[in-house]
Amino acid sequence: MISVAPMMLETLQLKRTPFHERTSRLCTPQNWRRWAGHIVAGSYELSLDREYWAIRDAAALIDVSPLMKYVIEGPDAARLLHRITTRDIFKLQIGQVYYTGWCDDEGKLLDDGTVARLDDQRFRMTSAEPSLRWLSMNAVGMNVTISEVTDKMAALSLQGPKSRAILNRVCKDPLDKLKYFRMTQTSIGNVSVSVSRTGYTGDLGYEIWMDADQALPVWDALMQAGDDYGIAPCGILAMDMARVEAGLFMLDVDYTSATHAWIGGQKSTPFEMGLDWAVNLDKKGYFVGRRALEKEKREGPAWKLVGLEIDWVGLERLFADVGMPPQIPGMAMRGSLPVMHNGKQVGYASTSTWSPVLKKYIALVHVQRPYYEPGTALTMEVTVEHHRRQAPATVVKLPFYEPEWKKK
Amino acid sequence: MSVNQYDAIVIGAGHNGLIAGAYLARAGKKVVVLERRDVVGGAAVTEEIFKGYRFTEFSYVVSLLRPEIIRDLELPRHGLKILPLPSTVTPMDNGDYLAAWEDHDQTRREIYRHSPRDAEAADEYSRVMARAAKAIKPVIGLVPPDPSSMSPRDLMGLLKLGQYAKSLSEKELYRIAKLVTQSSADLLNEWFEFDPLKGTKSASGIIGTFLGPHSPGTAYVLLHHYMGEIDGAFRAWGFAKNGTGGVTAAIASSARALGVEIRTGASVKQVIVKGGRAAGVALENGDELHAKVVMSAADPKRSFLQFVESKHFPDEFTQQIRNFRVRGSSGKVNIALSELPDFKCLPGESPLHRGAISISPSIEYIERAYDEAKYGQFSKQPYIDMIIPSMIDRDMAPPGHHVMSCFVQYAPYDIEGGWDDAKRDAFGETVISTIERYAPNIRRAIVGKQVITPKDIERIAGITGGNIFHGELLLHQLFFLRPAPQWADFRTPLPGYYFGASGAHPGGGVMGAAGKMAADAALKDWR
Repeated sequence: MISVAPMMLETLQLKRTPFHERTSRLCTPQNWRRWAGHIVAGSYELSLDREYWAIRDAAALIDVSPLMKYVIEGPDAARLLHRITTRDIFKLQIGQVYYTGWCDDEGKLLDDGTVARLDDQRFRMTSAEPSLRWLSMNAVGMNVTISEVTDKMAALSLQGPKSRAILNRVCKDPLDKLKYFRMTQTSIGNVSVSVSRTGYTGDLGYEIWMDADQALPVWDALMQAGDDYGIAPCGILAMDMARVEAGLFMLDVDYTSATHAWIGGQKSTPFEMGLDWAVNLDKKGYFVGRRALEKEKREGPAWKLVGLEIDWVGLERLFADVGMPPQIPGMAMRGSLPVMHNGKQVGYASTSTWSPVLKKYIALVHVQRPYYEPGTALTMEVTVEHHRRQAPATVVKLPFYEPEWKKK
Repeated sequence: MSVNQYDAIVIGAGHNGLIAGAYLARAGKKVVVLERRDVVGGAAVTEEIFKGYRFTEFSYVVSLLRPEIIRDLELPRHGLKILPLPSTVTPMDNGDYLAAWEDHDQTRREIYRHSPRDAEAADEYSRVMARAAKAIKPVIGLVPPDPSSMSPRDLMGLLKLGQYAKSLSEKELYRIAKLVTQSSADLLNEWFEFDPLKGTKSASGIIGTFLGPHSPGTAYVLLHHYMGEIDGAFRAWGFAKNGTGGVTAAIASSARALGVEIRTGASVKQVIVKGGRAAGVALENGDELHAKVVMSAADPKRSFLQFVESKHFPDEFTQQIRNFRVRGSSGKVNIALSELPDFKCLPGESPLHRGAISISPSIEYIERAYDEAKYGQFSKQPYIDMIIPSMIDRDMAPPGHHVMSCFVQYAPYDIEGGWDDAKRDAFGETVISTIERYAPNIRRAIVGKQVITPKDIERIAGITGGNIFHGELLLHQLFFLRPAPQWADFRTPLPGYYFGASGAHPGGGVMGAAGKMAADAALKDWR
């Protein structure tokens, strides 16, 4: 029998987040999911309904600690981030957050995340994949310190129309004035936290950042204050449905990082991903990928990530052929499905989901020019009793769902 | 065109009237929907009776709202949200409970606790019922053909129905024939042994009828409730955000966006008839509105005996409408609470507080409740179907407080001596003391309560007899017999006058099919 030393045993396991002590007691279905080397709850109940509706009608508390987090500081911190990302970091104000992608020299996306300006010379960046090497490589000759704080910082996402009311109950300072994509420093109980009005659901929502060893009191305070507002701990499966409705994509699901791609065709540009609004070509100076992106801007992208709404009547007809009501998965499906135009493949869906709030079957799809214009009639593959069929569908603009209170 | 000149006038801004109006406007018609009350919604209405506490006053769940209506009228864009109502729990007298969950394994494990045999039977039963519902479902979307008619439309309809029946297996046909004639007690006794399980399931068979679980025909009503479950992912079963008033608010918003004018405080006195055709309506306030088409979304009695002078209808038709049974059999008690009801069997707050709570310990309990109603009394120990809307939608009550909706059966419309304030109070007291047996803190938690008898349903929502389905779902009042033989196709003996409400096919529930199909009929006839 091989005996494993305790130290070794720990390294053989996936990491637990600072909230594990709470989440593990609540995660009744035991459907743990992997996220950047950690395990997080897929859902806390056997059905996703309540967690999903907490996002859309009440408030959902999501452990997002596995996000990669870096603190970049020093006189050249802004210069470094300006050089790497597609946003004009010199315009980023203290207390403001940018969403951004970053590219290689060919203008192909490496990753995406947020950059928050904590102070004049101090920034926090989040990413999906480890970014220390890329940051350091681009910082040659700059007066800047880059520290990874992924494990030191815990993060919670509180999403949903009641999130503000709950935070106002527990935070030292009211958040009524905190605008969309802004951040503030406050405290919850005795714990110092920063709160950003950001999220991955397209609803009203906030992300709360704190020291990892102070994580549990913050979780407890939010759960307690949220009780009267219908708060629900929410796993990443319900969040996955919400983010599709919000038209938000995910690395390794909806696109491949240029560093991981085997072939050119697997790479994506920010324009192809619909990030035109987050590519500031009018910003001063060089940034990685600038020339390629300028060229693409002139010529227009060859592909585009757009929304696709599957026509329910058409779908019903396909299933009626075999005497069944439509069967689609009740959660977001991360599987590639061919998308066709007049029987010829012109793209693929990367994530598809039933949208309970819209009562529609929707998908994030990558479509070739010129089929990505809104209103274009396409078809998407559905499996009807083990047979591959094509369901009629229409290209729509993203996001699919945007409540009026999201930015209010 | 004068201000009061329209293409179509719809009487009643309940869900069916609003849906009919929206479909007519969608086809380009100039439409007005007239509502007697100051609020729209009819029996699908949410009102703040006590400040801060919002009651889904009459109807309280959504199960059958047609998917095509949700789609065509873009109701999600107009605010329709259907929140999950994931469980049902039946408190038992011995301090235990029986729960049914959304998850199959959880439910199975729960029933197994009480009866291993029933746990297995429940599985098969729900599949058999869902299949039967699926088999019968296409009929709902069909305009009922008149079997005695030789008109091409009816013959075509009969042919379709015949072809459809032929597509079912012999076994399925027998099963359906049995289901529509059997009592729910007989059906359930064939399958199950555990009393609270049978009691709770049988309750769905009596809702809105003046029958007991042992009365033949109740098995069909049971099946009616399975209908909502077979739309696959599209299923619209649950609690509507903001109560059922949230549903009608979404429909009204969609209707307005389509150009429908909705007039509240507009009580209709009479339908104006010119040259043998409906030509408009006269309001109680003396105003006259004119239109090519008039549609009633009120109940059959009002639509045919009150709004239109009987001389415009054949005597036989009038007679049939007079005989149409609309005996109200249920009441509602809406309660504002300072704390959650603390059930003896579920101390504190449980996930089951987010679902339905059913006082239905056995079939016998419900049958006995019916016995009293038969002889003109409300049940001393009634069947109660409760939900706590504030546990599902926190906007229904102030933070930390709750509202509870209690559907109560039986409370006969024709109570001995007639309903008065004292009887209403006694009825409310009976409901509270029944709940108190299971949740002793209920009385001290009450901030305010609204007791609604069938007479109140009639007075407030304007439904004759106070029957929640505008007419009982009895075999002789369904399909091509609803509301009267030969007139089940949403047309009436008075040309230009249409009928699209719960008293028409397919009847009952916040479904909207009648309103849509009546609009379709009017548009088809449009010249």
